Amino acid sequence: MPVADVLMPQMGESITEGTVTRWLKKTGDKIGKDEPLFEITTDKVDAEIPSPVAGTLTKILVEEGQTVGVHEVVARIEQAEGAAAAGEPAQQSAQPAAAAAIESASTPPPAVTTPPASSPPPAATPAQPAPQEPSSSGEPAARIHSSPLVRRLASENGVDLAQVHGTGPGSRITKDDLLAYVERQKGGAQPVTPQAPAPAHSSTQAPPHSPSQATSQPPAPAQRPAPHPGPREEVVPLTAMRKRIAERMVMSRHTAAHVTTVFEVDFTNVVNLYLAERGRFEARENVRLTYTPFFIRAVIDGLKRYPALNASISGDHVIYKKEIHMGIAVALEGGLIVPVIRNADEKSFLGLARAVSELAERAKTKRLAVADMANGTFTITNPGVYGAMFATPIINPPQVGIVGVGGVKKTPVVVNDAIAIRSMVHLALSFDHRLIDGALADQFLVAVKHYLERWEEDLYS
Amino acid sequence: MAARCMPERPCTVLRMGQLGYAAAWELQRRLTERLKRQQGPDVLLLMEHLPVITLGRNARSEHLLTSREQLAAEGIDVEESNRGGDVTFHGPGQLVGYPVLDLGRIRKDVLWYVRTLEEAIIRTLAGCGIEAGRKQGMTGVWVEDGKVAAIGVHISRWVTSHGFALNVDPDLSCFRHIVPCGIANYRVSSLREVLGQPVDGAWLEKQLVHHLGDLLGLTMDWAAPGWLEETDLMERSQPCQSQMY
Repeated sequence: MPVADVLMPQMGESITEGTVTRWLKKTGDKIGKDEPLFEITTDKVDAEIPSPVAGTLTKILVEEGQTVGVHEVVARIEQAEGAAAAGEPAQQSAQPAAAAAIESASTPPPAVTTPPASSPPPAATPAQPAPQEPSSSGEPAARIHSSPLVRRLASENGVDLAQVHGTGPGSRITKDDLLAYVERQKGGAQPVTPQAPAPAHSSTQAPPHSPSQATSQPPAPAQRPAPHPGPREEVVPLTAMRKRIAERMVMSRHTAAHVTTVFEVDFTNVVNLYLAERGRFEARENVRLTYTPFFIRAVIDGLKRYPALNASISGDHVIYKKEIHMGIAVALEGGLIVPVIRNADEKSFLGLARAVSELAERAKTKRLAVADMANGTFTITNPGVYGAMFATPIINPPQVGIVGVGGVKKTPVVVNDAIAIRSMVHLALSFDHRLIDGALADQFLVAVKHYLERWEEDLYS
Repeated sequence: MAARCMPERPCTVLRMGQLGYAAAWELQRRLTERLKRQQGPDVLLLMEHLPVITLGRNARSEHLLTSREQLAAEGIDVEESNRGGDVTFHGPGQLVGYPVLDLGRIRKDVLWYVRTLEEAIIRTLAGCGIEAGRKQGMTGVWVEDGKVAAIGVHISRWVTSHGFALNVDPDLSCFRHIVPCGIANYRVSSLREVLGQPVDGAWLEKQLVHHLGDLLGLTMDWAAPGWLEETDLMERSQPCQSQMY
């Protein structure tokens, strides 16, 4: 008889471990599927975890009071004969759930195969509390009223309609209800969204100059037939990463009212500091020094002064984010990704430099996890690599702003009515005019500019 | 775009007036069972308890400083509770909120949920001119070294029960019987103590409900009187008009 592993569920995005407080069954006890099996605690929350399968509890591996990491096996259940087939996925659950690491950000095709990382497959459900398959809800599916359009949207988004609250006549699920649900789940903790199994959209891909965070968007409709190549044409299918970038870019353009404002910044002081300190900094701290942490630092200062830039729009409301999670666009072969430095505002300059270098290293060696891309609140991108003066970046939804750093270039400028050679850089801010007006956007960018021009922070603090 | 201006999930707000702890728990139990069956809306229960000391799942007996007999003599009940957390006191003058929500349809993240409850309280207090905040590793809402709100949550299939207790103007001396939430080095405070004057309870409730709706993405509907009876969740009529605070 097959044996199913019961895993410590992940009860939230930032939760890495859980403590078993009580076993509700003893070894040898029979248990039904979805019957409460054990209780866990994290902080001030207690949760009751149902059994993923029906069978006999054969082994308890984690004693009451013991704390283990999420996705670790806490018990084994020998499945009941009849339930074996149904419970089959449970056995695999340990694997996919643990496979949070994205193998490949830089090789698009493998990235397609990693959606499990962004939305654990149904197999991960057993260890999740609340496996919400409609069958267990006791509500016959027939009672869900919806239109064919809504059902199609639901299946495209991997949404179980039983989970959606209908506001139409007779609790009919309207298109808006469905989109609201998708939106809410998107804002929610991705890694614990078991009901989005199918769609092949990994959250790892990102759009040029406006890369994604781990928010799921409706995937493209079903495959369209490939066009016939003309005599001197070649037809190549879009990679999953490209498709995802395409969707997100268009979605952002359709949603946000983009305006871009550009400031010229005298970067000479920072350049001088950088050139003077680089050798010492790298030798002493064993971290590569780049301009990136300088820009992050300045943008954080601006966000603190103008918190509206560190926000998002949800329906008729603005959500002001109290934490600053800074997304940094990293170019990859065939696309872009945006790893996120969490709580960037709490880090020192050195801490930021380390975080940047670590994320870059992990991006290069393809060791970024989905969580590394999730929940950015603002993004910095770098279109100046090849010398572009500036670009007009596309906002990374649901954020409301993105700063693009242009190329640093020695330029003759007028200083005190004399011509001087200064290192200049253009900063372009694209902002969502729905929420932010030009005056505010410019004040924000002026703050960033001043921070850089009057840099006085100790790099070693 | 359509996805930006859609109706939010409704949540029914019920003012229960004064209610015993056991009755409140029974009501929550029924509401959570209903919600797990996908029947009925999310609900926020607001109430005030009769004096009671509750022991959470992680309660340690040494945190109860007075014997049960002594407490009974003072008219304070002791109840076991399946919420998270240690030991706490509830009584008149405390705004107790029990959100019974399906986090599965809001956001599956228990930490986020707890932080959101804190945030709603912090914003509400900011509205009365009180600067409140969090303490690292000590869930709840704090004003300097005094705890003004306690939080303890239970989750089953992502449906929440238990919630928060905000000290508006309780008899703070009752907390001498316990080590609140197992934290010995800090005091328990109240809005009355911080402000030095009484607080308008009804206004406070409205603000809190507004912020909770805002942060959780819920449209808060104040239930009409009789809502509970219509839903068969309570056999007998509960007085809902008793004035809080």
